[in-house]
Amino acid sequence: MARFGMVIDTRQCVGCMDCVVACKTENDVPDGFCRDWINQRLEGTMPNLRLTITSERCNHCDRPPCVSCCPTGASHVHEFGKVVLVDHDKCIGCKACLASCPYGARFIHPDGYADKCTFCIHRVEKGELPACVAVCPTHAMHFGDLDDPGSELNRLLASRRHFALKPDAGTQPRIFYLE
Amino acid sequence: MLELVTTRDNPMIDPAMHVWGWEIPVYLFLGGWVAGSMVLAGWFMRRRREPGARCVCDALPWIGLVLISLGMGALFLDLEHKLYVWRMYLTLQPSSPMSWGGWILILVYPVLALGALRSLPSDWLTRWPAIARIAASLREPAATRALSNASMLTGIALGIYTGILLSSLGARPLWASAALGPLFLVSGLSTGAAFAHVIARDPGEQAALLRADNAFLAVELVLIGLFLVGLTTASAVHANAAALLLGGPYTAVFWVFVVGLGIVLPLAIQTLMASHRIPHTLVAPALVMLGGLALRFVIVSAGQYSQWISP
Repeated sequence: MARFGMVIDTRQCVGCMDCVVACKTENDVPDGFCRDWINQRLEGTMPNLRLTITSERCNHCDRPPCVSCCPTGASHVHEFGKVVLVDHDKCIGCKACLASCPYGARFIHPDGYADKCTFCIHRVEKGELPACVAVCPTHAMHFGDLDDPGSELNRLLASRRHFALKPDAGTQPRIFYLE
Repeated sequence: MLELVTTRDNPMIDPAMHVWGWEIPVYLFLGGWVAGSMVLAGWFMRRRREPGARCVCDALPWIGLVLISLGMGALFLDLEHKLYVWRMYLTLQPSSPMSWGGWILILVYPVLALGALRSLPSDWLTRWPAIARIAASLREPAATRALSNASMLTGIALGIYTGILLSSLGARPLWASAALGPLFLVSGLSTGAAFAHVIARDPGEQAALLRADNAFLAVELVLIGLFLVGLTTASAVHANAAALLLGGPYTAVFWVFVVGLGIVLPLAIQTLMASHRIPHTLVAPALVMLGGLALRFVIVSAGQYSQWISP
């Protein structure tokens, strides 16, 4: 059984926002909302500055607090790729999942249900890549099975220093950033 | 230097999380008040009394029914996908305190309704002899004991769950404390006792409720202390969350309205009332209730503001 994740190369990401636009187009994300976004983190003191650009979204955590707090089971771990999804017809819009996510990855769709990145599961089921990965002009984004020792993701993680977001929150995120 | 620029600007999430407005604090306050009232009603129910003597336990279930309905109304207003609320009752999610809470609320109604039915005088029910018989049977000693136990247990469950509901959301460090469950329960008991003290007509009950409320307020102070000590001595993330109440933006409202006006001042006034140095006043119970409401507003608001600080 696959366990999908992403590896994103921060040296190759230029923050062009193609991934953000592709996601909005592919998933018909309403105006004023986004399922993925770009963070630019500037650290250091002049002239020794370091800029890290990260393309961020739901981390499809191995220990997803949004799933455990959901009172109806609407938030669930999908069998295919262990992707964290929301069943819109079960969601009551209580917002516990929004409060439980340390990444702020969820929002309330104007139709009332909790919404977020799905890893474009509808595309992945057809053998395609998530829209954000498919359009990345610098090929900074990689998608695959973290449980497959021979996958491109594991090869990259073995060859480069990397980090995940807010690891101390204990959610075991599945998106990794190459330094 | 650390500068973060983000392209995300989702409503309710950015720039700081604010998913819950007035509805949830109001629900938590009313839920706590009902929880306290149920525990007190259960307690006074099992006290022996003369037939026909007035007992505060007769009025509390009626008031509880109104308050819990108002609270659930506030909860319903908060939902964003309102027409799907029935989905709560097609499942029980063991890992979700919100799911337990939904079912606890379902238990609260019949327990309150039986308590209310029990309090109806038989001569009011001459047109409905079947209901009069049920009301009379509920006043039998065995039924009274059973209802008293059910009322206290359900009240404790309701009071504790309102705190655990928040503390289970680990992404908000201010709520990551096991003290929140007992704190909200004791605050509910104190609110319930303050209100029951106002409506009680029996002098013995009034005195007992006053003493009980003072004890609840004192325990609440201890629990607030433990809550803050627990957070400040934990990780940097939790210490930062506690700093919201210890020098941060919520400091004034917390210490003035929750601790000062909501606990310390009414405790002082009620201590003087209990020792008969000053006459009974409505000011102290009113302050206790406002303090309970302020506690929920501060904890819910500051908790949403608190976050994991690592990148």
